[in-house]
Amino acid sequence: MTASTSVIRTEGLAVGFQGKPVVSDISISLRPGESIALVGTNGSGKSTLLKTLVGLLAPISGSIEVLDGVPGSTPRRIGYLGQFHAAGGLLPLQARDVVMMGRYPRRGLLGRITHDDRKIVAKSMQRMGVADLAGQPLRSMSGGQQQRVYIAQVLAREADLLILDEPTAGLDAGSAERYLQVVQEELQRGASVATATHDIGEAMTFDKAILLAGRVVAYGLPRDVLNADRLLEAFGIALRGIPHNGHQDLLSPQDPHGH
Amino acid sequence: MSWFVTPFVDNPFLLRALIAGILVAVSCSIAGTFVVLRGLAFLGDALAHGVLPGVAGALLLGLPGLLGAAVGATLMIIGVNLVTSRSRLSNDTAIGLLFVGMLALGVVMVSRSSTFTGDIVGILFGEILGVSVQDLVQQAIAVVVIGAVSWVFARPFLLLSFDPEQADVAGWPSRRYHLLMLVMVAVAVIMSFQTVGTLLVFGMLLAPAGSGALLARSVPAMMGWAVLIGSLSVYAGMLVSYHFDLAAGASIVVVAVLVFFAIFAVQAVRQSLRDRQAAALATS
Repeated sequence: MTASTSVIRTEGLAVGFQGKPVVSDISISLRPGESIALVGTNGSGKSTLLKTLVGLLAPISGSIEVLDGVPGSTPRRIGYLGQFHAAGGLLPLQARDVVMMGRYPRRGLLGRITHDDRKIVAKSMQRMGVADLAGQPLRSMSGGQQQRVYIAQVLAREADLLILDEPTAGLDAGSAERYLQVVQEELQRGASVATATHDIGEAMTFDKAILLAGRVVAYGLPRDVLNADRLLEAFGIALRGIPHNGHQDLLSPQDPHGH
Repeated sequence: MSWFVTPFVDNPFLLRALIAGILVAVSCSIAGTFVVLRGLAFLGDALAHGVLPGVAGALLLGLPGLLGAAVGATLMIIGVNLVTSRSRLSNDTAIGLLFVGMLALGVVMVSRSSTFTGDIVGILFGEILGVSVQDLVQQAIAVVVIGAVSWVFARPFLLLSFDPEQADVAGWPSRRYHLLMLVMVAVAVIMSFQTVGTLLVFGMLLAPAGSGALLARSVPAMMGWAVLIGSLSVYAGMLVSYHFDLAAGASIVVVAVLVFFAIFAVQAVRQSLRDRQAAALATS
C-alpha cells in the first residue's frame, strides 16, 4: 500500500561500482509530482546514485524501489538523460530522429510510429526551443543545442519519472530558464524529477535536496539542506588544501564537458 | 555499349559472379552501416581475419570451409568479449592482438603443407569467378537473414549506436544487442569471404557504408547509399577486371575504396571553400 504512493524509496542504500560503495546509507523517498535535487562536487556520488535509480548500476546493499519495482523493470515509465553522450553527435541523425528515439520504448521493436508520436516529438522540441532545428543534422549543432535536443528526447518519453544528470551543463542562461520551466510543467502533470546539479540556485527550486560528498551530508528541504554550513562541509571536503577564496567558484555552475 | 554488357552475357560464370558480388555488397552494406555507426571498424577487421585459421583448420580436417569460418568468427567474438570485459587495456589493444594472433595462426596452420598455397590465396582474396549456383542461394539467404535482423532490431541497434545507456534504459540490454550485432556482422563476413576473400570482405563492410555516412542525413538513407554504391562498385570492379585482366575481388574493393575517398575529397574541398568564403566575408 506504500508502494503506490512513492516513486522512489530507498532504505540504507549503498551505491557504487564493482562492489565498492561510493555513497552508503542513502534513505530517500519521492512521491508523484515531487522533485529532488542531488547536489555535490564531481565524484561525490550524484551520477552513481542516478545510474542506480535507472538500473544501469546494481545496488551494492540496502533496499531500493523505483516505480513499484526493481530499478530497470519499467522502461516505459522512466526517462534518463546521462551526463555524457557516447558517439551520438557523430551519427547521421537529424534532431527530430533523436527526439523520436524517446518514443521507442512505448512502440517496442515493430510498433508503428503514429501521428501522435510525431505530435509529441514536435511539442517536446518546441518546449526546449529547438523546433526550428528539427531537420538539422545533430553533428552540425553546438553543444548547447545538442543538450536541448537530448532533453527534448527525455520529454518525448512522457515518463512518470525523469532522471536528469546535469541537464543544464552547456546551456546558456535563457535555455537553463526554459529547462526549469519545463521541469515545473512535468511536475504539474504528476511526473517526478530527480536531477544532479552544481547549481545551488536551481536546487533551491526543488521540493527536496540531498547533499552528497562521498556520503550523505544532508537530506530534506532545500532551504535546510543547502545552508552555508552544510555546503561548506560538503564542498570543503573537496576543497581541503585549496585556499578559501576558491569556494565561490565551486558553488557556481560548472561545465563538466569543458574540455 | 557492348563494353559494359557483353562480358556478362557471353560468360555465364561472370554473370554468376556479378550476382554473387551484388549479394555480398547488399549484406555487407547493411551490416557495415552498423559497423560504421557503432565505430566497430577494428572489430570488423578482426572478425574478417579471425575467419582465416578457422577456414584453414576446416580444410586440413576435410570439413566445409563455411563451418570453419563460423567457428573462427565465434572464437573471435568470444575472445574479444572476454579480453575487453576482463582487462583494463583499451579495446584496441586486445582486438589488435587477437587479430594478429588469429592471422598468424592461420598462416602457421596452412604452412604445414605446400599444397595449400592455392587455397590460402583463395581464402584471402576470394574466388568470385568460381561461384556456383549453390553459393548464390547461400548468399541470398544471408541477405534475407541480415536484412530481417536489421529491420526487426533497427530501434535497439539505433539506440545502441546513439548511446548504449539509452538502450539499457529503454529496456533493450546493450550487451545483448551488441552481441546480436556482432553475430550479424559475423554472418555477413562468413557468407562473403568465399566471394571476395577474408582480406577484402573488410573493405566491402566499410567502404560503401562509409560513403553512405558521408552522403546521408539519416540512417535509412545511409544504408540505401551504401547498398547502391556497393553494388555499383561490384559492377564497375568486375568490368575493369575483365577488360584489363586484373584480379576481380581486389578490383571491386579498390573501386569501392576509391569512391569513398572521392566523396571524402570533394566534401573536404567544398568545406574549405565555404570556410574561405566565410573568412572573406568576415574580413570584408
